[in-house]
Amino acid sequence: MQPAAILPPVTEADLAANQRALDREARAEDRLMFRLTVPALAIVAILMVVPIGWLLSMSFIGGDGQLGFENYALFFSEPAYVQMFVNTFAIAFAVTALCLILGYPVAYVLAILPPRWSGLLMLAVLVPFWTSGLVRTFSWLIILQRNGLVNKALVATGLVERPIPLVHNMTGTIIGMVHIMVPFLILPLYASMKTIDGNLMRAAASVGSTPTHAFLRVFLPLSMPGLVAGTIMVFVMCLGFYITPALLGGGRVKMIAQRIEESISLYPTWGPAAALAVLLLVVTALCLAASMVLVRRLSTDR
Amino acid sequence: MESHVSHRNRLWLYVLVGLVVFYLVAPALIVVPVSFSSTTSLSFPPAGWSTRWYEAFFGQEKWIGSLWVSLRVAFGTMILATVTGIAASYALHMSGFRLRSAIRATLVSPLAVPAILIAVGIFFVFARLGGLLNTLHGLILGHTVVAMPFVVLTMSAGFESYDMSQEMVARSLGATRFKAFMTVTLPQLKFSVATAMLLAFLVSFDELIISLMVSSGPVSTLSRVTFATLRDDVDPTLAAVSTLMLVMTSVPPLILHIVTTRSKREDA
Repeated sequence: MQPAAILPPVTEADLAANQRALDREARAEDRLMFRLTVPALAIVAILMVVPIGWLLSMSFIGGDGQLGFENYALFFSEPAYVQMFVNTFAIAFAVTALCLILGYPVAYVLAILPPRWSGLLMLAVLVPFWTSGLVRTFSWLIILQRNGLVNKALVATGLVERPIPLVHNMTGTIIGMVHIMVPFLILPLYASMKTIDGNLMRAAASVGSTPTHAFLRVFLPLSMPGLVAGTIMVFVMCLGFYITPALLGGGRVKMIAQRIEESISLYPTWGPAAALAVLLLVVTALCLAASMVLVRRLSTDR
Repeated sequence: MESHVSHRNRLWLYVLVGLVVFYLVAPALIVVPVSFSSTTSLSFPPAGWSTRWYEAFFGQEKWIGSLWVSLRVAFGTMILATVTGIAASYALHMSGFRLRSAIRATLVSPLAVPAILIAVGIFFVFARLGGLLNTLHGLILGHTVVAMPFVVLTMSAGFESYDMSQEMVARSLGATRFKAFMTVTLPQLKFSVATAMLLAFLVSFDELIISLMVSSGPVSTLSRVTFATLRDDVDPTLAAVSTLMLVMTSVPPLILHIVTTRSKREDA
């Protein structure tokens, strides 16, 4: 009996031709997909990547148009700069530390509460997070002013004799910035705590660990990746802060972002502002790179 | 995660967290009563009640004009960022061409770069190009840069959780790729799309630093005018503005949050 139809034997050439057609189709698909990303990419590249590259080059061109480190030398020669750097880093450290103290317990409770309650608590974290920073800064202006709520309470309880200056200075700036930054610490921290297996804590308790001991030896180390990522993110965001120090600092607390803005109008050339911008960018990049390395190391240790 | 420690034993922890929550929530809300004050002082609680500061807001060209600018810019940003961002996220999800991770990193990078640097950069480009400083189009383009990461991250997560073979089925049944995407894929990703659009709108509505650098005069956004007023002459009109901004920026996400959690619960 004959088979109904005999296909011609498949040759090497057929296979190769088939492969070529497939490759061609894959390349066409890749090209089409690449074209779809072009509009988004163009907007970000032309408005952000290109000008930052240009700032980098401008920072090495001095007032006389010559190549050099003149703009960077300003960092050390001008006293206003030194004070501004000290302010920027001191505020960023203080805000980060306060965020840690306030944020860690909230993230912890979010992770251990039953879903119904944690959902409510999450809302309490998210509502201020969504609220405009400008609105919250204005709120602090009302609360912290000379005859504001806090000062009235302090005087009424006899803690201070007369109202103390809480705003238009470093104190006000830090209070306002912590308020804006705490959610940025809580959210990644909570995400990392949620993945910790509760049985580990029970296991520690069953072998005789006190709750404090179990927390310090089991829970805290396991929450480290989220803790490190959140902390560094808060620190980096603090370095570039503009609104809060500008409004709650009352012109007395200058941070790097304000100085960059002022430099543009202060100097005839872009150089000094560009040098500050490059410094901020490099510190930011270094912090974020350190964060990535640390988180990876902490996560693989397990 | 359940815990083996009784709730009573960690009462101190709950009290501490309650205080932190109070610190987080209460200050944001204090502008609401202050905005209904009858006096010019910013005291809390107000000495008397009135709606005069809302009348002041709606009666002044400076505020109404800037609100209108903000709304138009936020709407434009929402459209531009979501359309370009969804196209890019789709492409990044569907194929593995070279440069894919580099493109993705670039689109998300505005989140990591300090806002002041982005603002200075945009100012420079606009100053060179000409014709974009002090225009709505310029503001929309600038805001799209900072809104892009939110759209790309939201949509990537959406595509990640979606079974792309459904679109393949639609195409195998004769739908064009665009039609398959618009009628099969996109409707099922409606929560991701709504979230992305909302985030883009809010990022633009809230944005201040780019607006400070690239616009002024009649194309000032509401946040820019608020900032300038806060620096110069503070009065309760600002509390009325702040209350309106509070409602605009926290109610829509709240509704979306409730709707998505509810629908997720129904799915489960």
